[in-house]
Amino acid sequence: MHNTQDVQVPFGPQHPALKEPESFLITLRGEKITSSSVKIGYNHRGIEKACEERTYIQDLYLIERVCGICSHSHATAFVQAVEEIAGLEVPRRALYIRSLIGELERVHSHLLWLGVAGHEIGFDTLLMYTWRDREVVMDILALLTGNRVNYGMNTIGGARRDITSSQAKAVLKAVDTLEERTKYYIKIATQETTIIKRLSGVGVLSKKDAISLGAVGPTARASGVARDVRKDDPYAAYAELDFKVITADTCDVYGRTVVRVLELMESYKMIRQILKDMPEGPIAVRAPRKIPVGEAVSRYEAPRGEDFHYVRSNGTEKPDRVKVRAPTLANVQAVSKMLEDRYLADMPIVIAAIDPCFSCTDRSIVIKNSVSRGSKTIPWEVLHVQSIEWYKEHKGIDFSGLNKKYAKNFKI
Amino acid sequence: MIRPGRMFQQLIASIFKKTATLNYPAERSGMPEGFRGKLKFTPEKCIGCLMCMRDCPTGAIIIRKLADKKFECEINLAKCIYCAQCVDSCPKKALEITQEFELAKLDPKQLTVIFNAENTDQPSQ
Amino acid sequence: MIQALFNILIFPGVAFLFAFSLIAEFVDRKICARLQNRMGPPWFQPLADFIKLLGKENIVPCNADVRIFKFMPVLALAASAASFLYIPLWRAKAPHSFDGDVIVVLYLLTIPTLTYFLGGWYSRSVYSMIGAIRSLTQLFAYEVPLFMSILASALLANSWNLSEIAQFYSRNHGLWLFNFIGFSVALISLLGKLEKTPFDIPEAETEIVAGSFTEYSGKLLAFFRLSLDVEMVVGASLLAAVFLPFGIGFTPAIGFIVYIAKVLAIVAMISLLRTLFARLRLDQMITLCWKYFAPLAFLQVIINLVLKGVFFK
Repeated sequence: MHNTQDVQVPFGPQHPALKEPESFLITLRGEKITSSSVKIGYNHRGIEKACEERTYIQDLYLIERVCGICSHSHATAFVQAVEEIAGLEVPRRALYIRSLIGELERVHSHLLWLGVAGHEIGFDTLLMYTWRDREVVMDILALLTGNRVNYGMNTIGGARRDITSSQAKAVLKAVDTLEERTKYYIKIATQETTIIKRLSGVGVLSKKDAISLGAVGPTARASGVARDVRKDDPYAAYAELDFKVITADTCDVYGRTVVRVLELMESYKMIRQILKDMPEGPIAVRAPRKIPVGEAVSRYEAPRGEDFHYVRSNGTEKPDRVKVRAPTLANVQAVSKMLEDRYLADMPIVIAAIDPCFSCTDRSIVIKNSVSRGSKTIPWEVLHVQSIEWYKEHKGIDFSGLNKKYAKNFKI
Repeated sequence: MIRPGRMFQQLIASIFKKTATLNYPAERSGMPEGFRGKLKFTPEKCIGCLMCMRDCPTGAIIIRKLADKKFECEINLAKCIYCAQCVDSCPKKALEITQEFELAKLDPKQLTVIFNAENTDQPSQ
Repeated sequence: MIQALFNILIFPGVAFLFAFSLIAEFVDRKICARLQNRMGPPWFQPLADFIKLLGKENIVPCNADVRIFKFMPVLALAASAASFLYIPLWRAKAPHSFDGDVIVVLYLLTIPTLTYFLGGWYSRSVYSMIGAIRSLTQLFAYEVPLFMSILASALLANSWNLSEIAQFYSRNHGLWLFNFIGFSVALISLLGKLEKTPFDIPEAETEIVAGSFTEYSGKLLAFFRLSLDVEMVVGASLLAAVFLPFGIGFTPAIGFIVYIAKVLAIVAMISLLRTLFARLRLDQMITLCWKYFAPLAFLQVIINLVLKGVFFK
């Protein structure tokens, strides 16, 4: 063009390419992206604060609803942290059940991702086919857990439901069907020219950048960084299972596709192992209502990467502080780096390749001072006192008695 | 072998297969047994310990005492998240889950359901 | 005079064309759905969409140039409908024909693309402007292979009159087989003109919302969508007339059925190509067209020139 003015295109918060609201402001020159910036926080729901107002049993269901697709990951990570503080010894059968549901959830999530990736590059046929096969997994999960998403299989001290032998047979049959379909998708992903053209060389993140920007999950594994919490820090039944950590070294979106599709095959192997080696025994131990004083950190390999929970208890029925760091928060900082010097057409697939789940991500608020344009971090107690003062002054409402009043709704 | 149009065979074969679409609401595939749908309360078994109310994450269930050893239960279908924690917490197994999930109603008042000994379930007025 | 008015307005004119293009859109969507193993819309869906859009509110952005914004859909519809008059359908002669009307039809088919550009540019919204520029850039890529393959066929028939081309091929059976390369190139370039996957770059839903059509709503959007369908039918009829000229010499009734079958077959092939590929990037599309399709079309021109020299002195 004659005078190349840079055009600023807002990509979000509302956009057909984004499944959840995020704001990417990109500067374009013709079709090339010159710079991009990310703003998150549109999905902040105050879950961490809400956790402090509810007992541990109620928090289990609240934490599960942080995300729809990685619900079991969040619930298990939370429960693992609480069990560590309380010093509970979870029976082995419960650990195996948790791993089974975790792997089935991973299958569900990766099949969903394949469809979404197909849609972002304009290949709607792949979307329809993978989502048709995803129904098989959701039916199996409805059979095992009672719901298609948000499974509720965990309770503090173990699992809530048992796996009967007829259910195990149904799972094995479904896994056979899915394995055949996944082999077909591997063939398509590696041999269809238009897919390879759209996905190779796009969203390159070198190994050094992946480590320095803190990428996790398949995003990092496609750049050759062999980090997997299931191998590095085994939890649940993973210490006794035999599986490979899949990496690729193409460092681009094509590598991420290959990593996810091969991880599907590993998951099928693991599901068969779990069902074969499932130990007998009880599925839960009795957990106390009041968890003793302590704090714990727990990590879980969600389908998107490393999920990190921190729980601190103060001896009552309600936790003192719960913090959730979702994998997308670690991956979203790499997006600006990946978009450097690429075309506008690559934008949706690069964002989709980190498998964004912005409902998981939005946990923190950054308050910018509108005059000085700086920002400061306000600790919890200061913010609490400041908010009570503000409402007293500006609206004439006194909230200092609120905690006691609110707690009455959940007491008898 | 990398070539364009790799999905060609499956696409043509799909014309002759049954479609994956369900003709809802004419065809319904029910949910499997154990699916967590609407709750059901048996008033005779309830002892009024209120453990279900303590453990409910949303406060959707309310147990009221009508007379000595007679209780009624009010469930708000909109607030309930169908987690069935109340079913697990009840020591007398007075609550159970059904597979009913098509619970949408046009009138929001019909979303509060009361179970007591006279009538098994009816919407509150 | 009454006969001419009837021809232009009703059959095979505007009313028939609009009805047939809605049916063609239904066939396209149904075949696409069945290939993807799902049900697809019922037969009246495109008509229902059109009527629904007519009833919606017309929102014009405040920065847009109102007159051009409102005039573009009408111009697109008019241009593609006008080119239908010169294409021989099932009779030996089109309703109107003169020497050189191949060029006129091809130029009339270019006008809708220009209206997408102007409509998108004068909407003054970021997404529409990007879509408009992409539309025009794509025009430079597929235009040359499309024109060259059609003109190659015209070269062999030694005439620039569409009706005479159709008559020539129906007289000399078997000669249309030599145009096979041209037919394939023209079919794929038609995908570019109609902005369907893998060339639906100007209207990429996941990148630029709806491209040139982002700010359009109500009656104007209804006309734009109808002009897309009309373009599909007109393009398919043009390809059927130039490359598949059987059924011209028969009685009108059989000729009509053969014509409908030919056009729906081409539409089915377009649907198949639409479901088979992912969307290409703009630079990849331009490389593809100039590296592979333009030389193939040129090859077809050379083949036809050699044939003409050998067979017809």
